[in-house]
Amino acid sequence: MMKFRFRRQGTDPQREKIKQELFAFNKTVEHGFPHQPSALAFDPKLQLMAIGTKSGAIKIYGAPGVEFTGLHKDTTAVTQMHFLPGQGRLLSLLDDNTIHLWELVAGPPREVGGVKREGMVCLQEVCSYSLPGRPGIESCSATRVTVLLLLRSCELLCVGTEGGGVYFLDLPRLSLKDGQTLLQDQVTQSLPEDYRCGKSLGPVESLQEHPQQPGKILIGYSRGLVVLWDLSTRHANHLFLGKQQLESLVWERSGNSFVSSHSDGGYSVWAVASGNPYTHQPVSSSIPYGPFPCKAINKILWRTAQSGSPVLLYSGGMPRASYGDRHCLTIQQDKEHVTLDFTSRVIDFFTVHSVELEKEFDDPSALVVLLEEELVVIDLQTPGWPSLPTPYLAPLHSSAITCSCHVSNVPPKLWERLVNAGKAQQGQQHTHRSWPICGGKNMAPLPKQQELLLTGHEDGTVRFWDASGVALTPIYKLSTASVFHTDCDPSDDPQDPSNDPDAQQEEEWPPFRKVGCFDPYSDDPRLGIQKISLCKYSNKLVVAGTAGQVIVLGLSDERSDHLVDVSVVDLLQDREGFTWKGHDRLEPRLKPAPFPPGFQPLVLVQCLPPASVTAVTLHAEWNLIAFGTSHGFGLFDYHRRNAVLARCTLHPNDSLAMEGPLSRVKSLKKSLRQSFRRIRKSRVSGKKRVQEANAALAEQEEVAPVQRRIEPRSADDSLSGVVRCLCFADTFLRDGTHHGPTLWAGTNSGSVYAYALEVPGVGLGRVCERSGAGEGSACAEAVLGKEIQLMHRAPVVSICVLDGRGKPLPDPYEASRDLATAPDMTNAHSVLIASEEQLKVFSLPKVSAKTKFKLTAHEGCRVRKVAMVVFSSTAQEDYSEHTLVCLTNLGDMHLFSIPGLRPQVRYDCIRKEDISGIASCVFTKNGQGEEKKSHEGQNTARDCSKVGFYLISPSEYERFSLSAKVLTEPLCSIHLDRPPHFCTLNVESLPLSLPGQTEEPPSTLSSPLLDTPLDSPLSCADLTLDSTGELTVEDVRDFLTTVDEAENNLKNIKEEEGRSTGILIN
Amino acid sequence: MNKNHRVPSNRSLSAVEVKSKFGAEFRRFSLDRSKPGRFDEFYGLLQHVHRIPNVELLVGYADVHGDLLPINNDDNYHKAISTASPLLRLFLQRKEEADHLAFGTDSLTRKKNTVLSAVLLRPDPNRKKPPVIISLPKDFRPVSSIIDVDILPETHRRVRLYKHGQEKPLGFYIRDGSSVRVTPQGLEKVPGIFISRMVPGGLAESTGLLAVNDEVLEVNGIEVAGKSLDQVTDMMIANSHNLIITVKPANQRNNIVRSGGGGGGAASGSSGRSSDSGASYYGYSSPGGIGAAASTPSHIIQNFHPEELESDEDDEDLVIEAGGEAELIPCAPSASYSMPSLPRYEPHLNLRTAAAASTSSISINANGTLPTSASSGSLGNITSTTPSPDRAMERRSLEEDGTVITL
Repeated sequence: MMKFRFRRQGTDPQREKIKQELFAFNKTVEHGFPHQPSALAFDPKLQLMAIGTKSGAIKIYGAPGVEFTGLHKDTTAVTQMHFLPGQGRLLSLLDDNTIHLWELVAGPPREVGGVKREGMVCLQEVCSYSLPGRPGIESCSATRVTVLLLLRSCELLCVGTEGGGVYFLDLPRLSLKDGQTLLQDQVTQSLPEDYRCGKSLGPVESLQEHPQQPGKILIGYSRGLVVLWDLSTRHANHLFLGKQQLESLVWERSGNSFVSSHSDGGYSVWAVASGNPYTHQPVSSSIPYGPFPCKAINKILWRTAQSGSPVLLYSGGMPRASYGDRHCLTIQQDKEHVTLDFTSRVIDFFTVHSVELEKEFDDPSALVVLLEEELVVIDLQTPGWPSLPTPYLAPLHSSAITCSCHVSNVPPKLWERLVNAGKAQQGQQHTHRSWPICGGKNMAPLPKQQELLLTGHEDGTVRFWDASGVALTPIYKLSTASVFHTDCDPSDDPQDPSNDPDAQQEEEWPPFRKVGCFDPYSDDPRLGIQKISLCKYSNKLVVAGTAGQVIVLGLSDERSDHLVDVSVVDLLQDREGFTWKGHDRLEPRLKPAPFPPGFQPLVLVQCLPPASVTAVTLHAEWNLIAFGTSHGFGLFDYHRRNAVLARCTLHPNDSLAMEGPLSRVKSLKKSLRQSFRRIRKSRVSGKKRVQEANAALAEQEEVAPVQRRIEPRSADDSLSGVVRCLCFADTFLRDGTHHGPTLWAGTNSGSVYAYALEVPGVGLGRVCERSGAGEGSACAEAVLGKEIQLMHRAPVVSICVLDGRGKPLPDPYEASRDLATAPDMTNAHSVLIASEEQLKVFSLPKVSAKTKFKLTAHEGCRVRKVAMVVFSSTAQEDYSEHTLVCLTNLGDMHLFSIPGLRPQVRYDCIRKEDISGIASCVFTKNGQGEEKKSHEGQNTARDCSKVGFYLISPSEYERFSLSAKVLTEPLCSIHLDRPPHFCTLNVESLPLSLPGQTEEPPSTLSSPLLDTPLDSPLSCADLTLDSTGELTVEDVRDFLTTVDEAENNLKNIKEEEGRSTGILIN
Repeated sequence: MNKNHRVPSNRSLSAVEVKSKFGAEFRRFSLDRSKPGRFDEFYGLLQHVHRIPNVELLVGYADVHGDLLPINNDDNYHKAISTASPLLRLFLQRKEEADHLAFGTDSLTRKKNTVLSAVLLRPDPNRKKPPVIISLPKDFRPVSSIIDVDILPETHRRVRLYKHGQEKPLGFYIRDGSSVRVTPQGLEKVPGIFISRMVPGGLAESTGLLAVNDEVLEVNGIEVAGKSLDQVTDMMIANSHNLIITVKPANQRNNIVRSGGGGGGAASGSSGRSSDSGASYYGYSSPGGIGAAASTPSHIIQNFHPEELESDEDDEDLVIEAGGEAELIPCAPSASYSMPSLPRYEPHLNLRTAAAASTSSISINANGTLPTSASSGSLGNITSTTPSPDRAMERRSLEEDGTVITL
């Protein structure tokens, strides 16, 4: 027992220092599309776009790479946002009726990766305001804000409310202008008697400032009344007595007319004549999708164009009966009429157009539509209004993400071919006009190397993303559906809308055009991608899916029609007594299919029974793939197209595995029956029912506390045969002198199988001896070498073979192409087996335990993901260490040295409740090659691979870094034009240029993990820095050191206390 | 007796030639095979022959198989005389220097070393008190017990649940709860983990070492304070092969009343069953107790070495190797897929040291026999916790029969 205490490593100050130079935890950027967006704003002067979300986050985007994030203190939905143009300020209205002012401010200098970076810009909340309720009335519904109008002068904010009143706030102080408030009564007085008819005017629906005369605003009430109000004289200039319920208003640029949209799906054009104070009828009025009842037009925009008639853009207005469920936006100009048909709800939209007052026309150049699940940009200058590919905010989740895979340091050749394949894919449907939102300047240096993120989706596609920089941009999309014969005709790809709009335009009304790529519906759930493995040197890709399909693909630049070879591997091997009740295997296409340039399928291997593939690995040098399901694993030679091995891992008691996922239906039926019985039972006399209920209640109280059963894992747990990991290695399995190819497989029940492989032409040891005999039948062979049963029976998460120096073996081709240091084959190898409960290193070939770390026994957490990562030091250029990074079910990261398995650092990374986040986490692999290459580069942002990704929502990846040296984060400058107001920080410089980088300072912004700063040394230092102001580089360093040491000491003291087993306090 | 002394070597059949060795000295004499006499006479003879009248001796002899066997009563003395053919080789040791492990199979070949070292080593004053010889330590089966009585506060109890080789489940449930602690600030309610329920027939219930509502304080030396129920569950399951739980029993009436200095013979009462509830001592932690244990058969002696706590699982991961070189079974090239038939396995446990391996009951001695001591000697009274050897045997045979499914 004492040993638990003493086994801990003492704190060696030297080691502590090295640790600080190696490890640091930072959350850097969020990739993807914000989850549940709720508001949109655009600053035409700074060319910045802001998106607010239902969780209270604000994200500002400019040119690609320019990003700012802010988070409201309350997680309330952002309902509206307005930029103060050119000032770098933003107003936000929350669902709780508060108005907040945000500012882009220069933060204190900070040190990242040993380099001082000053003046980072971040988004900070400056002040907030909420309208007081009317005295005497408790509910604030009357003062609930419906619309905000920011005057062009930026000095006054008009606030329309539910009660019909309009309040005026001074900016940027956000103080109410007393006595200025315009209540509804004032307006009602000037109304003609017949229009008044005793009813209220309803909430303020729209506020619009006159485009030419600054002091005048248009106030639209829900009932239909529109008032042109003069702010200086506080008098209604003009009354437009609309009868139709109002939805929105928009001025025409000249100020001579405006357009109103209504709840009946119509819009009206009103002329502003100076004579008569009352206008009863609009100039023109139309219901575009009539005559049958239509839904409301929620928002309408009217943009004049030099080229001809004005462009009219409006959302909604669809015929209620036939298309009431569509999410549409209409663009109309003259005879051209397009109804954009989106797959998710339209949140808001704006146009990018010229705002200079001297210009005569709006000349809209682009339309930006924020949908619930994606951002769509339409080029309004190119005929046909094509859509523009977005450089960021890509909807990662266009089909649900089922797995992800990261490839670092992609060879330029492969990168280029992928980019070309991607370009060919989207060639027709997109214009190549430049991105219209281009505020700010991306100061981040170009990434030294290319990184790929591959996401597998439910619809059978694999998407390739450029993950090198701050913005995650799509490169290429691969669909595996065409390999199979599915219900829908595979020749017309449902994902490819390029061919249909023209055909439809003729006959169909409204003229729909499908836009956007968010498509949550999968044709066949069996197509879903479960595992991906890519060899970046040989351009081979292995994709495995839900129905036991494993597809080997090769990269080709030419279009090709060919038949895919199909092999079936029976993993059950005539094991008796099992019947698969799950889904059928996918039916392969029997005819040759056309495959576009890019990755083209070569071989299809189908596992039987067709259970979902749980592990896959590829060794392109040996032309072998290994794959595992819940029933067993197989080895396949894709070069010779023959199966080498099939091994069943099922336990005889394992019944669940056999029935497949669909057998749950049965239990549903059963539970239905039970609940019916319960209902029938309950139809007894009332008295009895009460008694019963009481009894049930008493029973419930008895079992109320949560209990956990303490039993050791037994062998007959269900799904014990699931293959969790597979690994190829060239190592010593048979004896200590001859090494050769091996395959390792680990299962859910703690079994590890090691096979010695004989690959023709590979291996020096035994293969050579037998080569004389094996020459004729040149096919790979596998011989079972070892079986290891971990006694604790915990699932094997990962297997990794370490070379003689204790370093992980390099990837295939890396050693032979001299991209990595060759593994040490002279000293004894060892194998690291990580189970859910412990990490263990065994010597090879004898497989005797060398070291271990019992994580669960000590900390009570389970290993979820494990990766080998190289960390390089900030201090010494050429010093690096191999480290085992391990993510637990509590969402924290443990770092261990290898092969000693000594705990190094621990960081809280993901909330433990965020199960999908933990499950989706991918680490970037170790990159020895890139280490070599980037030596000549400067040491500022060596962008290699000490980071990971995990999903924070279905549509967003959070990127984090564990390295003290490498950070991928936004670095941008913005030219601000801000009047010297009360703000104390920026008075001196006008205009203000703020170069620097943004990062989320943990004090105010974004991260949901605000309460755990102690474990991340850097963020901890940040907190303190904020208060102390200026510090030099050296100071920061020392400071970091001391903080860290103190913290470590604290931790050690705690640990000591925790481990003092001898005497218990009380 | 003296008459027999110095009789010139008489090679008649009735005489047994004796060569007695004590330290570096030899004495040769003979005994009458038909009238060997009693052991105490023989013992006195030896002391006389070697001129060591006041030295306590351990007498051993080499039997026909070359094993070193003890002579300490009339029966084995007679056996030794009757089997000697023709020479009876005796090895004498001072009792305080005695190497008890020397006896047993293959001991003579090993012995050379130990006897030599026994001779060369100076008498160690610390080793005055010889361990009582009732059986060899490794022959004992580890059983569930209360441990560390001497170092824990009286209100706490540390319980070791040993599950090896038993089919009995650990059999208890834990829950969240809160307990009141005395702190400098006064009474404070703190969250804690409690035992909520016992499974009838489970290990926890049958040993009676744990009870419902006992508060769990530590699991294998790690405090549970601040850990969630799930974490504690995981910790217990991960340590389930050798689970050591420190609890604060809900029933504090059965606590040990300790009498002064470290409990030589103090009785520790445990709640529940009496079958094994005598004072239990941790073999190495209170050597003083051993004497008592030896004299009172109801006591359980545990012979754990401290390092065992760590070594529990290393020895147990089962490695099965495919037999030698010959089993390469080439796959049929014609088939689209093929499965090489499974080679026969020679299962073996990776025993690292004989001592370590033999302490854990699930691992089998190198020669394949079950630890013989499952029912040996004074342990007969702990049947309630003794696993049925049949089950273990069953399991073993399952592992051995080559088709490796059942692991």
